[in-house]
Amino acid sequence: MTKTINLKLKVWRQKDSDDKGGFKTYYSRDISTDMSFLEMIDVINEQLTLNGEDPIAFDHDCREGICGMCGAMVNGRAHGPEKGTTLCQLHMRHFSDEDTIVVEPWRARAFNIIKDLVADRSALDKIIQAGGYISVNTGGAPDANTILISRDTSEKAFDGAACIGCGACVAACPNASAMLFVGAKVSHLALLPQGKPEAARRVMAMVREMDRLCFGNCTNEAECEAVCPKEISITNIARLNREFLKAGFFSSTK
Amino acid sequence: MQLDAKVPGGILAEKWDRHRFDLGLISPANRKKFDIIVVGTGLAGSSASATLAELGYNVKAFCLQDSPRRAHSIAAQGGINAAKNYANDGDSIWRLFYDTIKGGDFRSREANVYRLAQLSNNIIDHCVAQGIPFARDYGGLLANRSFGGAQVSRTFYARGQTGQQLLVGAFSALMRQVAAGKVTLFSRREMMELVVINGQARGIVARNMITGEIETHAADAVILATGGYGNVFFLSTNAMTSNVTAILRAYKKGAFFTNPCFIQIHPTCIPVHGTYQSKLTLMSESLRNDGRVWVPRNSGDTRSPHQIPESDRDYFLENKYPAFGNLVPRDVASRNAKEQCDMGKGVGETGLAVYLDFEDAIKRDGKEEISKKYGNLFQMYEKITGDNPYETPMMIYPAVHYTMGGLWVDYNLMTTVPGLFAIGEANFSDHGANRLGASALMQGLADGYFIIPYTIGEYFAGTGLNKITDEHPAFKAAVQEVNSRINKLLSIKGTRTVDDFHRELGRVLWEYCGMARNEKGLLKAQKLIQQLREEFWKNVIVPGSERDFNQSLEKAGRVADYLEFGELMIVDALARRESCGCHFNEAYQTEENEAKRDDENFCHVAAWEYAGDGINPLFHKEKLIFENVELTQRSYR
Repeated sequence: MTKTINLKLKVWRQKDSDDKGGFKTYYSRDISTDMSFLEMIDVINEQLTLNGEDPIAFDHDCREGICGMCGAMVNGRAHGPEKGTTLCQLHMRHFSDEDTIVVEPWRARAFNIIKDLVADRSALDKIIQAGGYISVNTGGAPDANTILISRDTSEKAFDGAACIGCGACVAACPNASAMLFVGAKVSHLALLPQGKPEAARRVMAMVREMDRLCFGNCTNEAECEAVCPKEISITNIARLNREFLKAGFFSSTK
Repeated sequence: MQLDAKVPGGILAEKWDRHRFDLGLISPANRKKFDIIVVGTGLAGSSASATLAELGYNVKAFCLQDSPRRAHSIAAQGGINAAKNYANDGDSIWRLFYDTIKGGDFRSREANVYRLAQLSNNIIDHCVAQGIPFARDYGGLLANRSFGGAQVSRTFYARGQTGQQLLVGAFSALMRQVAAGKVTLFSRREMMELVVINGQARGIVARNMITGEIETHAADAVILATGGYGNVFFLSTNAMTSNVTAILRAYKKGAFFTNPCFIQIHPTCIPVHGTYQSKLTLMSESLRNDGRVWVPRNSGDTRSPHQIPESDRDYFLENKYPAFGNLVPRDVASRNAKEQCDMGKGVGETGLAVYLDFEDAIKRDGKEEISKKYGNLFQMYEKITGDNPYETPMMIYPAVHYTMGGLWVDYNLMTTVPGLFAIGEANFSDHGANRLGASALMQGLADGYFIIPYTIGEYFAGTGLNKITDEHPAFKAAVQEVNSRINKLLSIKGTRTVDDFHRELGRVLWEYCGMARNEKGLLKAQKLIQQLREEFWKNVIVPGSERDFNQSLEKAGRVADYLEFGELMIVDALARRESCGCHFNEAYQTEENEAKRDDENFCHVAAWEYAGDGINPLFHKEKLIFENVELTQRSYR
């Protein structure tokens, strides 16, 4: 049932990456419970604009939970309280009247704050650049059905490929580790026959790049799995470790 | 100016082969001498950037998101068509070509569509080689499903996230070229102006969205892969930053704009539920494979769906179109849903919705099987509406989804400005007056992977290009234009927000230039838009400053362009005095209320040339010549 609620928000405001930043309190009245969390911020921003104040900057684009652009810590949880949900798909029916909600940006050594709730996640792209692909040029691919892949393998690879690169796993991890992100990509490609020829090279290069960019190590906190909007399992981290060891011990890749 | 589509002669099936042989080539060693700007990193942009870089060209790729992987191609759910005939159900390149031409209500170019159907198979091969986890059968072969407007199963899919998987594939290929140093990536940049020198596209002006700096980039050719303009309606299934800005700038610099009134309104979206709403969410058309669309037989029936017995339900698509049933093309399905709601048979709180019911499918196949096919879509629906579609039927209503119109391009995908190319949704080329489901991904990737990499060589081989840097005065002039527009927006300091204007523009267009149009309404809309635009430039409020991360300023620039563009849509809709596909002018309909074409007078694409602010654009037409298909009244009964 649609109803309206009143909320108190404590939102992180930071002018730019050099600014120290701090929390600011806003009151949001008559919020329909059918609204999404971002629509609730839209309403606040409309008011701020009319008052001549600077609206809250936040990243968002598709607003249907697939582009991975949005994300913030809501009461200390990446993407908020709902399991398997991006911030844009979090609806206000999961909050109660007179709640206080604390909203902060992703925080990690590898992510700089650009403004307010906007973080720079380009480090994730750099990890992909290091090897998160299959080296195939456009052109000479064989007929698609010449490669047989069991449904089970294909589904497992898909579970890794479902990653939307939002960075919630990094933000939730006490070590700001990107192991779930890297594990998902390595698993996706290592499981498929097409990805096997360069599996060793790929895992070594991606792990090395991850370390270089100052992402932390994995200490099995499993916070990443808990907040992942695509519910990617930490078994992908285990697979990453196996692939890494396999490459280190049994391949000529350095 | 006479539009020359440069369609090669000869037999339809041999045109592309012959053309490729006739195209000029640039040798591998010389390709590194050419710089190419690609704006947009969706399926078309990413695939083009990666492939051009693989060939050896220097590419600069621009996107306005923080990462190329977030472009809105990512949201495509259902699938991608190909004429593989893996299902052994009589599919062929010719059938895919014919279905696409017919689905587009005979308003697209034969040769382009045939080429698209030919290339569809290469796309699937390449995507599998890239590691895209398409759905498979237990034997390990690829699986297919059906989509609207086709009686064969030719759609390849990756759960309900086909767009995401294909884009991640193209993105990975792009990242590989970034690592190889062949692509320079400019993310969080918005194209603000096209730079034309000596009649050739030679660069762009972009705004760095983090610092607000205005940057200039020179090149030997510019490719626009900036997607569609559906957000002109405010509420659409497009992403929030989807815009018309890039192609409108090109239009104002001499690129003709084609069929701007061809807007696809997708039948299966989650209905509107409040004034604060910021966007609409699509539910994949693939759901119509198993879901049955119905409304109560009698208007005013407010019983809950479970209490309405079979005899009181009207499965209006199945009843009216027994051959295609729930899988009629999108324009037909949308119009029929609207018709039912107009008769007072709509459901839900607003009466602007119809049911999409899975009860029979779940009974037949079991919940598990249905969940495998549509699990993530059902989950998404429940998240947004709070209803569980396994137990209670979905409610759906049409929403703006895709734009068939775009920049005019010839067979080589070049616009009327030499050196300026448009690919993917940004051009008009393949879908006529209505796009079939699962064809957008196909077109984006065909353009990017397999067409532009060849045809751009022809341009370079046949064109004298002086060396130009961004020191050229044309860049300075363009920067000045950009700055003055930005300063103007910031200095108005009025009392209405950008969103407020945008919402009103959307309401006007939805009402008068949406699923059904008539001359009186269009003329009224034209006036309303002119007034709104005038008010915008006097009364908009844009907070913040120019040299800053300023999302309000970004939005203001886009909405300013939409206000200008909205009028072009109306002009086009007024000029097309027939009904075809999505363009349903109430004055032109068959006895069965289907779109009635006028092939004698309107078998053409309308190409509009910018003539100056406040002046009516100049009309050009490219006559469509059909040598291989017979123009018929579309029938899906």
